[in-house]
Amino acid sequence: MFGFISRRLVMAVVVMFVVALISFTLFRFVGDPINQMVGIETTPEQREALRERLGLNDPIIVQFARFIMGALQFDFGNSYQFKQPVAELIGKRLPATLELSFVSALFALFVGVPMGVYTGLNRHSAISKLFLSVSLIGVSLPTFFIGILLIFVFSVHLQWLPSFGRGDVVALGGWWTTGFLTVSGLKALILPAITLGLFQMTLIMRLIRAEMLEVMRTDYIKFARARGLPSRSINFIHALKNTMVPVITITGLQLGSIIAFAIITETVFQWPGMGLLFLQAVQNVDIPIMAAYLMLTAFIFVTINLAVDILYVVIDPRLRTERSGL
Amino acid sequence: MTDQTTRPEDVAEKGRIARIIDSDIFHSFIRSKVTVIAAIVTAIFMISALLAPWIAPHNPFDLAQISILDARVPPIGMDASDPSFLLGTDDQGRDMLSGILYGMRISLAVGFLSVAFAAVLGIFLGLVSGYVGGRTDAIIMRIAEVQLTFPAILIALLIDGIANGVFGNLDRERWAVWILTFSIGLSFWVQYARTVRGSTMVEKNKEYVQAARVIGIPSFIIMFRHVLPNVMGPVLVIATINLALAIITEATLSFLGVGVPATQPSLGTLIRIGNDFLFSGEWWIAIFPGLALAMLVLAVNLLGDWMRDALNPKLR
Amino acid sequence: MSILEIRGLTVEFPGRKDTFVAARDINLSIEPGKILGVVGESGAGKSTVGNAVIGLLEHPGRLGAGEIFVHGERIDNLPAKRMRELRGKRIGMIFQDPLTSLDPLQTVEFQLVETMLEHLPISKGEAKQRAIDLLDQVGIPNPAERVKQYPHQFSGGMRQRVVIALALCAEPEVVIADEPTTALDVSIQAQILNLMKKLCAEKNVAMLVITHDMGVIAEITDHVAVMYRGNLVEYGESQQILGSPQHEYTKSLIAAVPRPDVRVHRFPQVDYIEGSAKPFKQIDIATHWLGQSRDYTPVDGALLSVDQIDMKFMTRNAWLPKNRQFFQALKKVSFDIKPGETFGLVGESGSGKSTVARVITGLYHPSAGTVTFAGQELTSLHDRRQVLAMRRQMQMIFQDPYSSLNARMRVKDIVAEPIKFHKLASTNSECFRIVDDLLDHVGLGSAAGKKYPHEFSGGQRQRISIARALATRPRFLICDEPTSALDVSIQAQILNLLKDLQDELGLTMLFISHDLAVIRQMCNRTGVMRFGELLEVQETEALFESPQADYTKELLGLMPSMDMLSRDNLEEEVA
Repeated sequence: MFGFISRRLVMAVVVMFVVALISFTLFRFVGDPINQMVGIETTPEQREALRERLGLNDPIIVQFARFIMGALQFDFGNSYQFKQPVAELIGKRLPATLELSFVSALFALFVGVPMGVYTGLNRHSAISKLFLSVSLIGVSLPTFFIGILLIFVFSVHLQWLPSFGRGDVVALGGWWTTGFLTVSGLKALILPAITLGLFQMTLIMRLIRAEMLEVMRTDYIKFARARGLPSRSINFIHALKNTMVPVITITGLQLGSIIAFAIITETVFQWPGMGLLFLQAVQNVDIPIMAAYLMLTAFIFVTINLAVDILYVVIDPRLRTERSGL
Repeated sequence: MTDQTTRPEDVAEKGRIARIIDSDIFHSFIRSKVTVIAAIVTAIFMISALLAPWIAPHNPFDLAQISILDARVPPIGMDASDPSFLLGTDDQGRDMLSGILYGMRISLAVGFLSVAFAAVLGIFLGLVSGYVGGRTDAIIMRIAEVQLTFPAILIALLIDGIANGVFGNLDRERWAVWILTFSIGLSFWVQYARTVRGSTMVEKNKEYVQAARVIGIPSFIIMFRHVLPNVMGPVLVIATINLALAIITEATLSFLGVGVPATQPSLGTLIRIGNDFLFSGEWWIAIFPGLALAMLVLAVNLLGDWMRDALNPKLR
Repeated sequence: MSILEIRGLTVEFPGRKDTFVAARDINLSIEPGKILGVVGESGAGKSTVGNAVIGLLEHPGRLGAGEIFVHGERIDNLPAKRMRELRGKRIGMIFQDPLTSLDPLQTVEFQLVETMLEHLPISKGEAKQRAIDLLDQVGIPNPAERVKQYPHQFSGGMRQRVVIALALCAEPEVVIADEPTTALDVSIQAQILNLMKKLCAEKNVAMLVITHDMGVIAEITDHVAVMYRGNLVEYGESQQILGSPQHEYTKSLIAAVPRPDVRVHRFPQVDYIEGSAKPFKQIDIATHWLGQSRDYTPVDGALLSVDQIDMKFMTRNAWLPKNRQFFQALKKVSFDIKPGETFGLVGESGSGKSTVARVITGLYHPSAGTVTFAGQELTSLHDRRQVLAMRRQMQMIFQDPYSSLNARMRVKDIVAEPIKFHKLASTNSECFRIVDDLLDHVGLGSAAGKKYPHEFSGGQRQRISIARALATRPRFLICDEPTSALDVSIQAQILNLLKDLQDELGLTMLFISHDLAVIRQMCNRTGVMRFGELLEVQETEALFESPQADYTKELLGLMPSMDMLSRDNLEEEVA
């Protein structure tokens, strides 16, 4: 058990290291950083001086080590475009993205899981078929188009909900702003959260259904039926628990990707989060922001994956007694 | 357990087409009305996209045909509509229907090309990984695992951003379709590789592979002649579902403004353009391309769904 | 008074084109404390009967006609809820594969207590105590401790004991066991059968045992019902039926069971099931391609010598070599095979007998030791052309007819592949002419070449495998459990075919099996393996008459006694 977790931990560190390497390569080799920082009128001497000052003439290894040290303190230098520290820019926008992702994830989980269980158990019922059709439409409509449709109906037509922005936000402490505490903030959250969560919700539902169907065909479920156990026990104690292991993996991955998919939703709703910032960075080749965003999302994903691995151990006894088996 | 051994002479006599029509898969296809409709819709979309230059009422790229006076004409059935613009026009005066047909061409082309790229790369790496095993397998799968930590859209965005930096703007427009194909394909290969690797590891231990080894046949021939045909079933299903996903991804990237340029608009680009007019009442500029996209993707997804169930022997 | 009574049971599976009748007009009854065996080959419908009784027919199966009674109460027409309450409480069931029958995420205690609380009016504390008692009764040591464990912590045989405890925990009157020992090794099989017999008598339950194995029938049943293609062909007291079968099918089924006690020259042909499959076209081996140009160096002494072979598999990889863990699959195995003889290897699963075959053919590379074939040391051979020349001389027939043929290739391409690869025919048309002759010779007919493997039955596929093995014109043939996946009547045909081919072509064979009776019929000399070690090698007859190793004696003692089987029609065959 300890071995399993520590192996995954090593893996997580390796992933972060690789991502850092990619970020660094981006930073160092895509375009010339100096060109991005200074104007055309800068003389070659001035460029060389800046190059020397930023340490761009040092050996690559030294530069990479410096990059890692900086990354550990979340210091990625200045944005080319805004001429401000990247950490500050991202820090200002992080709360918006995290709040949006959090609400969407809750929505995706609390609607997706029960629907998946229901459709898995009642394969032939009319409601299941309805859920399935709706879910298929859900995965077929691109996220941004769902956003546009929602805006068209609820903002343009009915004028119930705002079509862009976060509404009024309240500052908490020196660095966090929340939209949870004002009515306009909450109203502004509804459409983006649904847009962002819908795709994940349908995916989670379909996945759970598929796993449920798979488990219902196993021998131990047949044996449980042959022992006359009631369906309540078969469905929820034996089947659902065995479904959980694969479901947790994919659900974990999906929740992680919500942060990335937020880029699209933030664009549609002009939500002032870091996804929007990243998109602007991609369009303007603002490498420091791209590198920082990459490292941050990778860190979030890796953390979620690690949490998933620990959950496995809690659920599956085979992992707890790894070596006594066989 | 039923003993379904057909007597040899029964089968040999029937022709190939007769056998296909008689097969269980064809039967389950015909029986599922939704699937048949989906197949027909997919076929119509594909053929009309392919034939767009001949069947589209206008050529949206021919500046001589476009008049700014025709801009923002609403679709027929609304006030001030023009019968020659069935679905209305956009802000430049381009016919929406023609724009959609041409846009679909780009969307489908990028979709097919990126799926083909991802499939070839993924199948090859998965086959090698699963068959050779050991260190090769460990390296390929670690890379896959790292990549899997990131959603496809993020990777595609990143590659696009890099291309942006490397090429500069002018070249980028010329290469846009290929950059898109490359970035979408590269973000999808992992799924093929993992699936093929999994089935290859199962097939590798089957006795027909051992029999081929006992005969003395070298590994790469066994991999491609014996193992590959046996692992293609799930690949087909993934490829179908991925086609839908690739079309969505392309549209999303174009919508975000990092996909194909406005000079050769795909469905995503059209929606991006139309999005600006949503508030001023010209809803059709965004909604019609969006519906076309949704219908195409839905039809492909329905086909993929059916195929997954039909090819899964456990669900029969 | 019988506890279980089945009257006129007919089970149907409606299909797309027609309705398949899996069981037709079956009448059976069992008394308390008695065991009824239902025996038949694959497709006989025996499992369907068991599933129908417990009301768990697989979709789209349905009862076409008939009535089922437990203690005089009719149960086949009960509503689903009543039927559910009946399962476990009045009818228990034991499945074939103990490795998949238990929920891997719940403790054994949880699964037992849950079932008891559902059916018995007892408290949770009582149920826990009973769970421990039950494990004790089914022969699990340290029951109080092991009851808290998860299924993966039990071995296969122990898990089957847990499954039996679960089937019996609510004290059912009827127990249905569907192939309860098929997935187990011989030694464990005997223990489980004894346990079932003992519990049946102690608890006074009526037991329905479904099996394909005449040994199981002979060992534990009081009555037996023989099924063939959905029909009950013979039904009566076990002794009566096994001793003097009346129906033709029963006769041929019993005749096909390999005799453990006497060596016969050939297996009696069983024509009842799959046509006798005589060669379609006689080929003259002396002049035919198959018999020609066997350009092999003659050997004096052994054709194959295996010397001090060690084989280790890594079970746990680690960065540091000292942390790696290995499983020793073979320990210093040595034996010789003389030209023209059939050498047998016998042992239970995990004994390493198949590993030996894979080391000889080069599929595995041994950790230590040498393999010498026709005077050529194989393990140190590196030149590709020399390796291929050796590969060509030895071929292998595999166990599983369903996975040993590439499903995506036509039969003629499967058989032609070795000929083309080793360039044994000068033209394409000559190659396919040879393929046709080979298919004829193994009793399939050349028309089979156009088809794909899935169009054939298990026995027919094994013939294709044999044709493929012959296509390199080998002089040494390794048969790795060639018939253990086949029905007993098909087994007899395949074994006869192998014997014929050996006589015609002067093949040397290594024959691997877990079945002592088959070994006795096929092999000149036999080695016994256990845990990767070769315990003893003897002339086969001597091995059966005076075994030396304790383990061999134990194995021979565990062989189901077939004494009561009728052998009347075999007298003239005895060599």
